[in-house]
Amino acid sequence: MRPGLKPGKAALFVQQRTYRRRRLADAARMLPILGFILFMLPLLWMGSGQATTASVIVYLFIAWAALTGIAGVISRHLGPEEDQPEDRDRGEEHG
Amino acid sequence: MATLNILVLVCLSYVALLFVVAFLADRAAKQGRARWLRSPVIYTLSLSIYCTAWTFYGAVGFAARSGLEFITIYLGPTLVMIGWWWTLRKMVRLGRSQRITSIADLISSRFGKSNTLAVIVTVIAVIVLAPYIALQLQSVTLSFSTVAATNFITPEDTSGEQATAFWVAAGLALFTILFGTRNVDANERHHGVVMAIAIEAVVKLIALLAVGIFVVWGLSGGLEATLDRIDASPISAWDVPGSRWVGLTLLSAAAFICLPRMFQVMVVESENEDHLRMASWAFPAYLMAMSLFVVPIAVVGLDMLPAEANPDLFVLTLPLMEGREGLAILSFLGGFSSATSMVIVAAIALSTMVSNHIVMPIWLRSTGGTASISGDVRSVALFARRLSIAVILFLGYLYLRLSGGGSALAAIGLISFVGAAQFLPALMGGLFWRGATRKGAMAGLSIGFVTWLYCLFLPSFGPSGVLSQGVFDTGLFGLSWLRPYALFGTEGMDPVMHAVLWSLLLNAGAFIFVSVITLPQPIERLQGAQFVNVFDHSGTPGGWSGGFAQSEDLMIMAQRIMGAGEAQALFAQEAKQQGIGGYLPEPSPDFLNRLERELSGSIGAAAAHAMISQIVGRATVSVEDLMAVADETAQIMEYSSRLEAKTNEQARTARQLREANEKLTQLSVQKDAFLSQISHELRTPMTSIRSFSEILRDTDSLSGKDRNKYASIIQEEATRLTRLLDDLLDLSVLENGQVVLNRETGPLSDLLDRAIAAADVDGKLRIRRKRDAEQHVLHTDLDRLTQVFINLIANAGKYCESQTPELSIRPELRDGDLVIDFIDNGEGIPRSQQAVIFEKFARVGDTKAGGAGLGLAICREVMGRLGGSISYVPGQRGAAFRVRLPLEIEQPLQAAQ
Repeated sequence: MRPGLKPGKAALFVQQRTYRRRRLADAARMLPILGFILFMLPLLWMGSGQATTASVIVYLFIAWAALTGIAGVISRHLGPEEDQPEDRDRGEEHG
Repeated sequence: MATLNILVLVCLSYVALLFVVAFLADRAAKQGRARWLRSPVIYTLSLSIYCTAWTFYGAVGFAARSGLEFITIYLGPTLVMIGWWWTLRKMVRLGRSQRITSIADLISSRFGKSNTLAVIVTVIAVIVLAPYIALQLQSVTLSFSTVAATNFITPEDTSGEQATAFWVAAGLALFTILFGTRNVDANERHHGVVMAIAIEAVVKLIALLAVGIFVVWGLSGGLEATLDRIDASPISAWDVPGSRWVGLTLLSAAAFICLPRMFQVMVVESENEDHLRMASWAFPAYLMAMSLFVVPIAVVGLDMLPAEANPDLFVLTLPLMEGREGLAILSFLGGFSSATSMVIVAAIALSTMVSNHIVMPIWLRSTGGTASISGDVRSVALFARRLSIAVILFLGYLYLRLSGGGSALAAIGLISFVGAAQFLPALMGGLFWRGATRKGAMAGLSIGFVTWLYCLFLPSFGPSGVLSQGVFDTGLFGLSWLRPYALFGTEGMDPVMHAVLWSLLLNAGAFIFVSVITLPQPIERLQGAQFVNVFDHSGTPGGWSGGFAQSEDLMIMAQRIMGAGEAQALFAQEAKQQGIGGYLPEPSPDFLNRLERELSGSIGAAAAHAMISQIVGRATVSVEDLMAVADETAQIMEYSSRLEAKTNEQARTARQLREANEKLTQLSVQKDAFLSQISHELRTPMTSIRSFSEILRDTDSLSGKDRNKYASIIQEEATRLTRLLDDLLDLSVLENGQVVLNRETGPLSDLLDRAIAAADVDGKLRIRRKRDAEQHVLHTDLDRLTQVFINLIANAGKYCESQTPELSIRPELRDGDLVIDFIDNGEGIPRSQQAVIFEKFARVGDTKAGGAGLGLAICREVMGRLGGSISYVPGQRGAAFRVRLPLEIEQPLQAAQ
């Protein structure tokens, strides 16, 4: 599942930056699973009879905003792969 | 009606504004000032075509009917976007590295560029889109008629609506054709369209937010009051079917990936993989903002508007009711934007698929694949695209007519969603499972599509439509397990969830099962590895990074392949078309395509593509390209090896010709030598005959003895001359093969006796014979053979310089041949002469014996005629001649005797 980490290619110890980046990619992969759990959670409240549409709306939008925020933070740090020099912008200037 | 006119005017000016925006964006892109056009913000906004009129109008209606359930349609895409690292990143990377033009292209590329598969995907996509288009038509039609009506209730009379719907469809078709196919290079990115969509995204967001803010703060009196109002509304209870909540979330997530128009903006129009990073959080935020006020609007609408009012139009009717004309027009524009942007992109995406996978293959086949004139291909592609846009909108209109047009917007939209989700197994299987095969994909897609048709699409026309009430009640052919809403006895399920469950289950099941039992073709396996491991194979692909340096490289290459003059003409012409002086045009996609076509005429399509890719560095060369190159190379190699064979043959022929020529030259030399020899040989006796006859005539005082002597010399020379002429005649006859052999039978000993007697060498030469070895009976031309023997014996008599000349004649049987050696005890023939003694007029040493030098030549010819040979045997003390005569002809004669 993880590209670039084939046996033989993978080093046991990598630079700390690379290590961070890989864990961040793991977090990015886990995020939709977390989101799914958060979005499905209201279903479990239905039995109690206490939850109303209004409260579920508030909960959903808070969860939604939180997910969006986490996604923003992760994607900010999960920049272009480090082995790619930042030459893309220069290329665009030519075009 | 004045309002309606204003609305039409507003719509037209809005459309005009979009045109201007698109035009400016396209121009900026062409001039290379389009950096801001490629910003991640524009990319994120272009994704908003997910929010169509369904979102703008339908979401409120959905909420008014089933409470919070509407939100699942936006939760699904949110999960997909924040999970971009799993799938979207891969799809965008693949889209760029494999030059994907549509979802049909992606699926067919993955499964070995199968056009059949592309056609299946395209057909499914067109049919799936019809309800979606119908939804847009219905919403725009409804919004028109709602504004026109005064009581905020949609009029019941549907005949006028259908006419409106038709004109809306026609208008949208025209608009899309003008808008989406302005650019000739429809394969490439539509900067103008993307920009216009971004504007529309902003318009619809602002419109919906404005209505929401107006409702919450203007009508309800703040957030707290709104929440209270929700609690007091008919949808206050938190009670949704769990299966629909989960199912719709997953369904919308699947549809978000699989809808052709989403694929178009997300993958095909994507400028930069990096844009996904921003979209991963910005697009969920956009969706959140779009759904923020849906429930408040629904609740307030339910509360304040008459019960008969269509909840799908609360967004429009609430401002109208409150007399906010400006807000109503903004709201109308928001809905219009949502509908038009969706129709534009969906039609572009689908028309690209139809033209690339259906029309162009047929056209190219019908014209014999000679699409050498670029203008032809372009005009056909453009026409195909325009026609398919019209057809797609007409299908949408047809669906609206047939389904009656009364359904809730969300219900119609879900039908399309389930249909589009059928691509999911093939798509995800193709991206993550190398074992997926083309046949598996075809089986899965077909079964899923048919199930969708039967369980959701056809029933949507109602009992009076395609499927009769009987089919609904008792199933197809009376088989109760084939009821459209209760397949295999699963009764009581929600129809949409029922269709999702069975279609995707059967689809994925067939896909996996057939993939497991079938063997993929080599190209499928290679493509599969490329797709699944795309991050291992490709670096981060850059955009079109054009520039003059590249144009120069291209020109150098083109000159090498096409020739300098032609290449320069092509480049100059293109530069002129682009409005640039000189020989170096911008390496625009258009130009590159043209160049590729031109080059492929010389070096084959695949090689041309690979070469241009190398220079432009736009994309990695795909495995298919390489295989095509290998095929072409193999053909060239076969051709060149054939050429080589021909060359060898010609070289052989040339060598033979040269040899023949040398032989002819030699023969010519021999002929000259022969002529000079023969004239010499004839002249010598003639000279003496003439001089002695002159003496006889002119000298009277000759004694009788002298006279007698001279006369005998003349007679002798005349005899010699006659003999020479006889010999020459004889040789000529022999050489020309005109000799008639007179076959007789006789013993060898008799022949030798006769020859020795005729050679007249008695006393001069002692002959040694082996009588017991001479007991062979010969069947041949005995006279000719005797002539050979006489010659050999006479030669020995003449030339043997021994004190006691001796000649041994030794017959012998060797290898089935009769070999007769004639060996004398003289000095033999010098080595240098041995090679020429059998030639005409060849004489050894001085001509003291006075032969003409024809004897041995005649011997050789005679022996050749008799099927044998004569040769000189060196190293036998004296001169040794070996006569070889085949003896097998002797056997039958002996038997006969």
